[in-house]
Amino acid sequence: MNRRESIRSLLLGSMAGGLALESCVNVSEEVLSDRVWSYQYGRTPAEAAYDQKLLNAEFLDASEKNTIRRLANLILPPNEKGTVEQAGVTEFIEFMSKDFPSLQTPLRGGLMWLENHCNRHFGNAFVNCTEEQQLSTLDQIAYPDPEAKEQKQEVQFFSLLRNLVLTGYFTSEVGIKELGYEGNQPNVWDGVPDDVLADHGLSYDDDWMPKFVDQSKRNDIAQWDNEGNLLS
Amino acid sequence: MQIIENEKKYDVVIVGSGAGGGMATKVLADAGLKVAVIEAGPFFDPANPEQQTQLKWPYQSPRRGAGTTRAFGEFDMAYGGWEINGEPYTQIGDSQFDWFRSRMLGGRTNHWGRISLRFGPRDFKGKDRDGLGDNWPISYEDIKPYYDKVDQLVGVFGSKEGLYNEPDGYFLPAPKPRLHELYYKKGAEKAGVKVIPSRLSILTKRINNERGICFYCNQCSRSCSVYGDFSAGSCLIFPAQKSGGQVDLYVNSMVREVTVNEEGKATGVLYINKEDRKEYRVSGKVIILAASACSSARILLNSKSTAHPNGLGNSSGMVGKYLHDSTGSDRMAFVPELMNRKRYNEDGVGGMHLYSPWWLDNKKLDFPRGYHIEVWGGMGMPSYGTGFNPNDLNKYLGLKIGGYGNGLREDVKKFYGSVMGMSGRGESIAMESNYCEIDPTTVDEYGIPVLRFHYKWSDHERKQARHMHDTFEEIIHNMGGTVLGSKPGADRDYGLLNPGRIIHEVGTTRMGSDPTKSVVNEFEQLHDADNVFIVDAGPFVSQADKNPTWTILALSWRTSEFIIQELKKQNI
Repeated sequence: MNRRESIRSLLLGSMAGGLALESCVNVSEEVLSDRVWSYQYGRTPAEAAYDQKLLNAEFLDASEKNTIRRLANLILPPNEKGTVEQAGVTEFIEFMSKDFPSLQTPLRGGLMWLENHCNRHFGNAFVNCTEEQQLSTLDQIAYPDPEAKEQKQEVQFFSLLRNLVLTGYFTSEVGIKELGYEGNQPNVWDGVPDDVLADHGLSYDDDWMPKFVDQSKRNDIAQWDNEGNLLS
Repeated sequence: MQIIENEKKYDVVIVGSGAGGGMATKVLADAGLKVAVIEAGPFFDPANPEQQTQLKWPYQSPRRGAGTTRAFGEFDMAYGGWEINGEPYTQIGDSQFDWFRSRMLGGRTNHWGRISLRFGPRDFKGKDRDGLGDNWPISYEDIKPYYDKVDQLVGVFGSKEGLYNEPDGYFLPAPKPRLHELYYKKGAEKAGVKVIPSRLSILTKRINNERGICFYCNQCSRSCSVYGDFSAGSCLIFPAQKSGGQVDLYVNSMVREVTVNEEGKATGVLYINKEDRKEYRVSGKVIILAASACSSARILLNSKSTAHPNGLGNSSGMVGKYLHDSTGSDRMAFVPELMNRKRYNEDGVGGMHLYSPWWLDNKKLDFPRGYHIEVWGGMGMPSYGTGFNPNDLNKYLGLKIGGYGNGLREDVKKFYGSVMGMSGRGESIAMESNYCEIDPTTVDEYGIPVLRFHYKWSDHERKQARHMHDTFEEIIHNMGGTVLGSKPGADRDYGLLNPGRIIHEVGTTRMGSDPTKSVVNEFEQLHDADNVFIVDAGPFVSQADKNPTWTILALSWRTSEFIIQELKKQNI
């Protein structure tokens, strides 16, 4: 058994009991294995088992997911940088509703409020309303009252959903690229670029410069004199 | 259930594998002694790809970095947190001490901030300055040679500044500050607050051929896979093993008590193996506790015998007393000039590139002791929470808040990197009335009686926190920034965080020359049992406005040399 196989068997083994009892959906071992391997980020066996338990349970039903997908597309309409589908936003919200159970009632209740509202005013479910009707609904709930101490529940619901959509997007591969984050890779930091310093009217103090690392000598093994002065 | 005896006899049994236990392992194994290390958590090696979180992206996790299973976000490398399933602790009355534990080889050194500050001459003699607390029985000169050795063995970057109470060491060169840090420097210096390059145990330059060099990913909290930062496993225990040391690691092993003979001398430790839940005994000539200040106190208090009826080392009744943590309070700022930033990789090292050591004279202040200021901010890796309240900052610009549509994308990009923060971390006064003790009503899942805590801040700490916020506001104003959030008032203890939140628990087995007022002597040796030593932060008489790790390491080295001498002389 190679390392990957042995881990897989470990994960599957540790999950089997919990899954049989708690899973709402039947999945084949093949599908399960794919789900195990789609997330590789240094879990302890207990954490991996917990992730799997959540991944194999379902909270939102198909119609709720459909509504969330539509709302997410109105909150962040697709453009050339990326879409909420590419960012896996709906799947992320489904997962978080199980990871943070306190989200469940506000999400489900908010969605119900939305359906009731659309039925009463437009005689239709939210996803079947015209775009104009959908947007006019959002206009009523998308702007918190800056003077109010407490926001109405439908405003709170929309703020919650907007937060989840945005964080789901900007923590995705396309979202991170759009944001312009350039790190998380081996690199040699040698200070703020000169043009940026100039833009901000800042500079490194002359008397600080000798304190900084000379990156051309970073591979030379450090040696000091008896006073702690670096020689290499 | 029978106790399973380990046939092997060790020279030294070390409980805990963090900074103190790691250093003792290295020094004692290098001296040729047979060492057993007993660790409550699993084996951990940051280079193991199955455990590694370094360089993972948020989208590699279904929760995108949220902190459900780890207190500082799920990529943080501490297995544990303030709450651990099956390992409760309790409180006395309405006091609240938050106890952070990391159950893994290397303990909390795998995720800590790597802030590596020497205590200065004044820090060992607090009572001489203001009459509060007690002096240490040792001075800076006693520990300086060990700080020097720790610097060169482990590696720490910094700069020679010639400040009396912030002693210089053997530094690697410092990284250049980031943009928001230059803003901080400008604002702080205008407020008369000293700013110097940070001192972090991260390798900006090679120190040997076994460890890699920092490649500036900003993720020391995930523990470095090339060993470019200090963690006790990768920098002390593994090297001790590789250099031929006789080190046996016992992981997933939860120590319950130290066993003693009729004369009251320690003979070994009893532990529960978490895998088979059976009880084992391992014996050694010398027992070293390095389980963390509170865990070591717990083990001592649970080690009751005819010779030590109040618990081992507790004839003075002082075990568990004088528990203290650093003070802490934080504030955030929005800096409009940092909006719409040009993008570049500014990850840098895993922490700030500059900071402010304590800069004032307490004679002119209404509180004793000081604090240092840490700085954070920048264009960091997105994680769960990025994009929340995407345009709340618009209120400072007279623009609309809320809404929907692609304008939100622009808002998030506009504000990215424009918020920064400051954290004050200061010295509290150690008090006998702040303590942990055994809770006779509660056991953990291994059947071991747990700790209960009693801890109250005094006005000394509250006034210090108030001063922190005055300082933060002045600096933020000087930077051209806007202070976020309201200033915490007396109703919120001026923003002072709960004791335990800064994770600098110290003082529970304090050192002293008077056996009726202290638990260990200046060599961290129990007054009541000469073959038991404590090398975590329990022996600290006072926690300076520094971080405790460098002092734990230096003291552990000093104690380990003492043990070697005493064994040679056959004194223990």
